[in-house]
Amino acid sequence: MTYNPMELMICCAARLLEDGKTVAVGTGVPCAAAMLAQRTTAPNLVIFFEAGGIAPQLPTMPISVGDSRTFYRGVMATSMADVMETCQRGLMDYTFLGGAQIDAYGNLNSTMIGTDHARPKVRLPGSGGANDLASLCWRILVVTNHDKRRFVPTLDFLTTPGYLTGPGAREAAGLPPGTGPYRVITDLAVLGYHETTRRMEILSLHPGVTLDQVQANTGFDLGRREPLQTTTPPSDLELCILREDVDPHRYVIGRGQV
Amino acid sequence: MPFATTRVFANCCASSKIAEKMANPLPQGTGELYTDPTADHAREWFAQKPRAMVDKVTTVKEAVNRLIHDGAYLAVGGFGCDRLPTAVLHEILRQKKQHLALAGHTATHDFQVLCGGNLTGRGQTLTRVEIAYVVGLEARGLSPHARRVLESGTVTFTEWSNYALAVRFKAAAMGLPFLPCRSMLGTDTFRMSGAKAITCPFTGAILTALPALYPDVAAIHVHEADRYGNCRIRGTTVADLDLARAAKRLLITCERLIPNDDIRADPSRTAIPFYCADAVCEVPFGSYPGNMPYEYFSDENHFKQWFAAERDLADLQAFLDKYIYGVKDFHEYLHLCGGLPRMQELRRQEFLIA
Repeated sequence: MTYNPMELMICCAARLLEDGKTVAVGTGVPCAAAMLAQRTTAPNLVIFFEAGGIAPQLPTMPISVGDSRTFYRGVMATSMADVMETCQRGLMDYTFLGGAQIDAYGNLNSTMIGTDHARPKVRLPGSGGANDLASLCWRILVVTNHDKRRFVPTLDFLTTPGYLTGPGAREAAGLPPGTGPYRVITDLAVLGYHETTRRMEILSLHPGVTLDQVQANTGFDLGRREPLQTTTPPSDLELCILREDVDPHRYVIGRGQV
Repeated sequence: MPFATTRVFANCCASSKIAEKMANPLPQGTGELYTDPTADHAREWFAQKPRAMVDKVTTVKEAVNRLIHDGAYLAVGGFGCDRLPTAVLHEILRQKKQHLALAGHTATHDFQVLCGGNLTGRGQTLTRVEIAYVVGLEARGLSPHARRVLESGTVTFTEWSNYALAVRFKAAAMGLPFLPCRSMLGTDTFRMSGAKAITCPFTGAILTALPALYPDVAAIHVHEADRYGNCRIRGTTVADLDLARAAKRLLITCERLIPNDDIRADPSRTAIPFYCADAVCEVPFGSYPGNMPYEYFSDENHFKQWFAAERDLADLQAFLDKYIYGVKDFHEYLHLCGGLPRMQELRRQEFLIA
């Protein structure tokens, strides 16, 4: 079956979520990925929404992280602090984040474009719960389109912590040890982070994508982990479940891109 | 600003600054605090706050007039477009309240509405914002006018995270001056906040100290309340249990007034006790156009109208004139938005009855 970049990204994200683990998600791609994972390889994946919804049986894609779908047939409808404190205690395995900009260490900007904080060129929402989730969950996953506008050498504003300035920086700042960025899934590749330098590196190229193409769309030097893989395309089964069960109205997959 | 405590607080800050710097080389946010975290000042307020179990049922108009003052620090319950006290927000605009400060704790449609009082020829509703999440309406996109307001330089703001603001409410609800948490460290969000890094006295761990946030006034929409202000909430509580207790004044709107006997028949369901509340207003469909769990879903068409009107200032002024300034109350607004038939459609959407 043919597929669009969005469908591929959702499948890549879903495959990373292990069975029996916990994930804090937002609306859109993360939610679709978690729902797909539950219907394929991770039936016992527990979904959390930051506004307080725990383990919903999502009937449709939520519009808001706090709307009533986020706790539909859930096991609990609680507070934001309860969910964040579950992360702070070390019980949240994964979270999905995005942003207008990402740097080589996986730091994210969702606050502003420009140089003057008081008079931003473009004002974006701010941290929301992203800073908290990136500080407190074990593994941070980012799903984003891949272009030079997003993959920048220097962020206009460091909203949400990745590896900050490099190895040991999170721990030195006081963030919980052992936490940090894990994977970046784009429309071109799946990327990870080098074990010692903590810089972003390519793990697999999507079918038909070249190394040069990925580097040309990135504003900083990317490493690569050998042997470089080719991303496994979505299976017919994954696509079927995604299209017919997870997102039948094509709210997310219909966009094609993040 | 109009509250005496602000001045006292500024003095006490200056005197402790030098000693603090010498003892504590850890990073500190540069953001100004808009409220006083001093627990003893809060105790003085709560000492004189009426706590008799008396009838507090009133109109939104009267409650906003009495409880929300120019220059006040406001916090809004719910989660942006979910369980939102919309009637209170509209009334703030109608009464042309000026120079409010806002807790931007996932403030989405609430922020969008309040921004309607800025740059639209009726003074300035918002002057200061503590931002965790504003401007965006989640999957719906960015509000053009909220962007215009924050990019205009007419509003000052600091940065926080959602959990940071929730912890600040929690510290206040506990009657404390601060609480620690482990997020925001190492980031510009921290740098532009009013947080301070501290060392744990027991383990030596570096923590973020978050100042208690005692809002001058909070508005929360709930499912059910009795006339004294005992409230029930269904679904997620977000930060509202702490916010209700942290706020100096609390304005409750509810879908339905219920008898006190119902509260007493099952007190385990009470989320907010009467002595927190200063006013109780019955506003059916009060979270419209937002979602109210187990009642009605959000009106996405109406949100699209907001976004479309916001692109051009003249269009926005006409839109606000029609839907907010030109109507007597929230009930008239609901009528303009399709009235009961539309509300019934949204109820069917909530219950997944296609």
